[in-house]
Amino acid sequence: MAKKESTFLNMTLTLFIITAVAAVALAYVYKLTETPISEAKAKKLQTAISVVVPGAENGEITIDTVPSPDGSGNLEFYTIKVNGEIIGTAVKSFTNSGFGGHMAVMVGFDQDGKIIDSNVLEHQETPGLGDKTNKSVSSWNDQFKGKDPQNENIKVKKDGGVIDAITAATISSRAYSDAVQRAHSAFMVHNEKMNKEDVNTGGTISNTESAVTN
Amino acid sequence: MNNWKNFTKGIIKENPVFALLLGMCPTLGVTTSAINGLGMGLATAFVLVLSNIAISSVKNFVPDKVRIPVFVVIIASFVTIVQLLMEAYIPALYDSLGLFIPLIVVNCIVLGRAEAFAAKNTIFSSMIDGLGMGVGFTFALTLLGAVRELLGSYSLFGYKFIETDGILVFVLAPGAFFGLGYLIALIRKLSKKS
Amino acid sequence: MEYILIIIGAIFVNNIVLTQFLGICPFLGVSTKVKTAIGMGGAVIFVMTLSTIVTWLVMKYILIKFNIEFMQTIAYILVIAALVQMVEIILKKISPPLYQALGVFLPLITTNCTILGVAIMVIQNDFNLLTSVVFAIGMSLGFMLALVIFAGIREHMDKLPIPKGMKGVPAALVVAGILALAFMGFSGLV
Repeated sequence: MAKKESTFLNMTLTLFIITAVAAVALAYVYKLTETPISEAKAKKLQTAISVVVPGAENGEITIDTVPSPDGSGNLEFYTIKVNGEIIGTAVKSFTNSGFGGHMAVMVGFDQDGKIIDSNVLEHQETPGLGDKTNKSVSSWNDQFKGKDPQNENIKVKKDGGVIDAITAATISSRAYSDAVQRAHSAFMVHNEKMNKEDVNTGGTISNTESAVTN
Repeated sequence: MNNWKNFTKGIIKENPVFALLLGMCPTLGVTTSAINGLGMGLATAFVLVLSNIAISSVKNFVPDKVRIPVFVVIIASFVTIVQLLMEAYIPALYDSLGLFIPLIVVNCIVLGRAEAFAAKNTIFSSMIDGLGMGVGFTFALTLLGAVRELLGSYSLFGYKFIETDGILVFVLAPGAFFGLGYLIALIRKLSKKS
Repeated sequence: MEYILIIIGAIFVNNIVLTQFLGICPFLGVSTKVKTAIGMGGAVIFVMTLSTIVTWLVMKYILIKFNIEFMQTIAYILVIAALVQMVEIILKKISPPLYQALGVFLPLITTNCTILGVAIMVIQNDFNLLTSVVFAIGMSLGFMLALVIFAGIREHMDKLPIPKGMKGVPAALVVAGILALAFMGFSGLV
């Protein structure tokens, strides 16, 4: 078959048809994968939460967005209820002072503000050094377990705190502590507000955005 | 026989990475481990084969002047399909490859094969060509990923051999350049002998 | 101050070529002479800034509005290709000297993955328009810096006795590795 001539009509028509076919095909695949993608995302979030608040996999999770008290951004709060009882709150916190800049940390608190457990979610720290902040790499962040940031200074020892820094990765350790500290101060402010609201409105949570049920 | 030659040329003689030096960005960017290299290679191979088939089947209907835009739209569609499928069914790999998946669109190998081969040949031989190039690319990425993982963290496909930190520089950015540089030199040396 | 930090971070800490591995093809291909490296760098700065603005607007006002974010890759690559063509035509008309300097590099830029990469990155990082522009400028400056340094080194390498198997690309890659090692010293700066 001979090649089509490059007339204006021909060219516009071909481009239009190809783009239309592509758009329809993509819309179809998009629809097909929409549910699996949101399920995969929800599952990932749930796994991350249950690492820092064990038992969350069977609980009901309420999501809130809370501004950080120092005005540096928003934190995500995941309150986990099992049989109507709050078993803990996972806070997705962040810091921008990591070795590679941004770092996201998930911290689980019990009702009194004690740390249940914590783990790093996203980071650009050096492999082999700063990535020891991750549970899958080393057990470094176990030392945060059970600490109450109200009584114990969550800072590396060099800065007068109680945290043993990772050898050769003081900046990463400092950043991690900063994120935990930020999560805690937001949690305390939020908790106080919630308690007040409980008294005023008789226990309804007013700023709930959405709920994930399992 | 001809098809067989067509297939094998992409793996060794015209290997896209080691011989043609195409597609260097993902080659260096994602090969911190063998599994990442394998995943990226397969995703690219998938796009290569399908876009080669699609392009050689529409080549007679496309006016010459809009050839490249049409090819790009076809390639971008397949890339988006791969992206959506990976995000849905292998989210962990999707996360670790990140930005490099949409960037398959501008991978010189894909457009290069479309222009140099699929636009001139039959559907079947274009498919074989895409397959050969895809396998060659996957082989190169997996090999480099394996070398870097082995030296950088003393493990292979996530299985750890020695319980200490590896030679860290190989999983960091400079290691990608060193690894690929010496690998190309080695392959040149070996292919000259045979 | 915030914008200065973004620029410094984009040039040195997260250098697009040496730490993010984007734009390797022109990095290895074009950078044999300092002069061509500067030309290529200039063209990239120009196109990247422009295309980041346009794609950002396309994302916010077309794709998100009609809920078709999955068309991102197709829309972006078409916008970039059209933009490069337009820049080429306009530059030819209004500024022949600039066209002479940058023109030959423009066709190569459509398949330069730094352009598409940065356009996607600013959306992933949820930057506003101004931050996106600053980020794009920083990233493209980083690209130019890496290219020029590398070209400077390669100009001298031609005169060195290098083992036969290492000549050309392998040696260039090893040099790039050493350069990347040097740039690692910048991390933790911002």
